[in-house]
Amino acid sequence: MAGLIAARPAPAAAGQHFSWRSRKYRSLAYQLLAVLLIALLGWLLVSNTLANMRSRGIQSGFDFLLQPAGFDIGEGWLNYNSTSPYWKAFLAGIVNTLRVALTGCLLATLLGTLLGIGRSSRNALLRGICYGYVELFRNIPLLLQLLMWYLLFIEYLPPPDQALGIGRFIFLSKNGVSFPSLGWEGGQLRFEVPVAGSMQVEGGAALSPEFMAVLLGLVLYTAAFIAEVVRAGIASVPQGQHEAGASIGLSRAKTMRMIVLPQALRLIIPPLTNQYLNLTKNSSLAVAVGYPELVSVANTSLNQSGRAVECIAIIMCVYLGLSLITSAVMDVFNRRVAIKER
Amino acid sequence: MLNSSLNRFIAAAAISLLAVAAPAYAGKTLDAIKARGQLVCGISSGVAGFSQADSTGKWSGLDVDVCRAIAASVLGNADKVKWVPLVSQQRFAALQSGEIDILSRNTSWTLTRDASLGLNFIGVTYYDGQGFMVPAKSKVKSAKQLKNATVCVQSGTTTEKNLSEFSRVNGLSIKPVVFEKFDAANAAYFSGRCQAYTADASGLASIRNKEAKTPADHVVLPELISKEPLSPAIRRGDDEFFAIAKWVVFGLIEAEEYGITQANVDTLQKDTKDPNIGRLLGTTEDTGKLLGLDKGWLARAVKAGGNYGEIFERNVGPKSLLGLPRGSNNLWSKGGLMYAPPVR
Repeated sequence: MAGLIAARPAPAAAGQHFSWRSRKYRSLAYQLLAVLLIALLGWLLVSNTLANMRSRGIQSGFDFLLQPAGFDIGEGWLNYNSTSPYWKAFLAGIVNTLRVALTGCLLATLLGTLLGIGRSSRNALLRGICYGYVELFRNIPLLLQLLMWYLLFIEYLPPPDQALGIGRFIFLSKNGVSFPSLGWEGGQLRFEVPVAGSMQVEGGAALSPEFMAVLLGLVLYTAAFIAEVVRAGIASVPQGQHEAGASIGLSRAKTMRMIVLPQALRLIIPPLTNQYLNLTKNSSLAVAVGYPELVSVANTSLNQSGRAVECIAIIMCVYLGLSLITSAVMDVFNRRVAIKER
Repeated sequence: MLNSSLNRFIAAAAISLLAVAAPAYAGKTLDAIKARGQLVCGISSGVAGFSQADSTGKWSGLDVDVCRAIAASVLGNADKVKWVPLVSQQRFAALQSGEIDILSRNTSWTLTRDASLGLNFIGVTYYDGQGFMVPAKSKVKSAKQLKNATVCVQSGTTTEKNLSEFSRVNGLSIKPVVFEKFDAANAAYFSGRCQAYTADASGLASIRNKEAKTPADHVVLPELISKEPLSPAIRRGDDEFFAIAKWVVFGLIEAEEYGITQANVDTLQKDTKDPNIGRLLGTTEDTGKLLGLDKGWLARAVKAGGNYGEIFERNVGPKSLLGLPRGSNNLWSKGGLMYAPPVR
C-alpha cells in the first residue's frame, strides 16, 4: 500500500520522555514549581520568625498550655477554675464560642426563614416590615449592634437586688436572665427554681447580659442575611409550581410548605452554610462586650504568657476547624436534599 | 533557558524576602535614633495622667515625660519623639519587632515579662498596686466583702490573674467580666452591671475623676491586692541604650534629690559649688561621655520637663486632675521608695 500517506507520529509518543514541548509535562512542572514556591515561602516565614524570636530572647513553644492559667472565666459550662491549665481555659473559651454559635445558627435560621417567607407574602404591610428589617439590620455594622444591645441591657435592666419577675419563675436583672433549671445531682434529676434574694437572684440557671447581647446581636444580624437567602431560594422556584399547588386545591401555606420550600432548599443550603460560617466567625466580636469566648480567653492568655504567636495560631486553627466541620456537615445535608438522579 | 531564568527568579525572590524579613538592627538603638533624628516611643492610647492626647494631638503624662526626657538627653530636643499609641496586646510585639525604641506604657515589671519577652525594664517610674472601686452607696468597706460579686476588668493586664488569686485565697468566688476596651469596661461599671471595678489604683483614680458623673459617688477601697511597679522597657540586647534609658530615669530622681528643677537648672549650671550638682549637670566631670552622650545630657532632660518630682506633681500629683498622693512614689529620703543609685 505504498500510495497511502504515512501515518503521523502519535502525539502520545511525546509524552514518553521529558520535554518542554509536551504540554502535560510543562503544566506538571509549573504546578510542582508553584507548590515548591509556596512551601519555600511558608518555611521562610516560620524559620525566620523562630530565628528572630530566638535572637531577641523571646521564648516560644506550646509547653505553656500545661501551666496553670491563673485567671477566672466569668461563665461557662466547663468545670474550670483559675488553677486549671491553659489548655482547659482555651477549651472553656471554645465551649463558650460554640454555645453562642450553635444557638445563634438555630435561632437565626428560624427568624431568617420566617422573614424570607414574609418577603414573598401577599400582605403589603408584612412584606414592607420584612423588607425594612432586612435593610436596617444588615446595613448596620455588627459591632455597633452588639454594643447597642449590651448597653441597653445593662443600662435599663433593674439592679440585681430589685430583679424584675416575669411570671413566678423568670427574673430579669443586670445580672442577666434567671430561669428554672434541670440539674443532675446525686443520681437524680433536680428541678431548681430561682428566688429573688435580698442581694441578687439565687438558684436556677442564668444567662449573663453579655451572652444575651452577643446572641441577640448575632441572631438579628445574621437573620437579615438568611432572609435574603431564603427569599432568593423561593424566587427560584418557577411560578408554575405555585400554580400547580393551587390547582390541586392546596392552600397557599400548604403549597409553600409542601411544594415550594423543599425545592427552594436546594438553592438555599449552600449560601446558608456561608451564613453559618459568618455567624461563627463573627462571634469573635463578643470580646468587645465582655463575653468570655475563645478570642477573649486567648487575649488574656497571650498577655499573661507572652506567647503571642502561639495564641494567635490556636485562634486561627480553632476557627478554621469549626468552619471546616460546619461546611462538612452542611455538605452532607446538601447531598441529602439535592435532586436524586434516578 | 527558561529553567535558569526561573532559578534566578526564585533566588531573587528568596533574597528579597530575607532582606525584608531580617531584623531591622540588632544592636545600636542609639545610632538608629540619631540617624532617624527621632525617638520612637510606645505609649498607651489614653490613660489620664500617664499618656493622653489633648485636642491638638499633643501628648502629655508621666509616661510621655519619660520619653521626652530621654529624647532631650539623646537628641537635644524633647519634641523629637514619634508617639506610637498601643493597646496592651500590641505593646510587647511592637517593642520586640523594633517598631518602637522604648515602651513607656504603664507596664508592670514582673519576672515572666523580664525573663521571657526579650525586653529589659529600665527602672520603676511609678509604684502602683491593684485596687477596687465600688459605688459609695453599696456600703462595701473592704475588698473582702465582695463575696459572689461581679467585677469589671479590662483585659490585657496582670489584673485578671491578681483578681483570681485574691478571690481564691479569700474564698470570695468573684465573677470577672473581662472587656477588651477601656470604654466598655467603664460603661459596664457605671451602669451597675458590676458591683466593683478593679484596676491599678492610679487607673481607678483617673476613671473616678474623669469618667464618673459625680466622683464622690464612687470610692476606691483601701486594700491594694498586688504590687505593680510600672516601668518603661527597652529591647533586650542593646546594653548601651539600656544604660542611657536607665540613667536618664535615675538622673531625674537624683535631680529632685539635689533640688535641681526646671526653673533653676540654668542658673545652677552656671554657678553651683556643690560637686554632686556639678556632676549631674556636667559642669565638672563629664558623666555623659561614659554613656555615649555629651556633658549636658541630664541638664537637658531636666530642662525639658523638670525633675521626677515635678513630673509627678504636674501629671498625677495632688494638684492634678488625678489627685494622687505622693505616697510610695516619694523620695527615699522622704519616706518613699524612689531611690536612684548615685550619678558619679
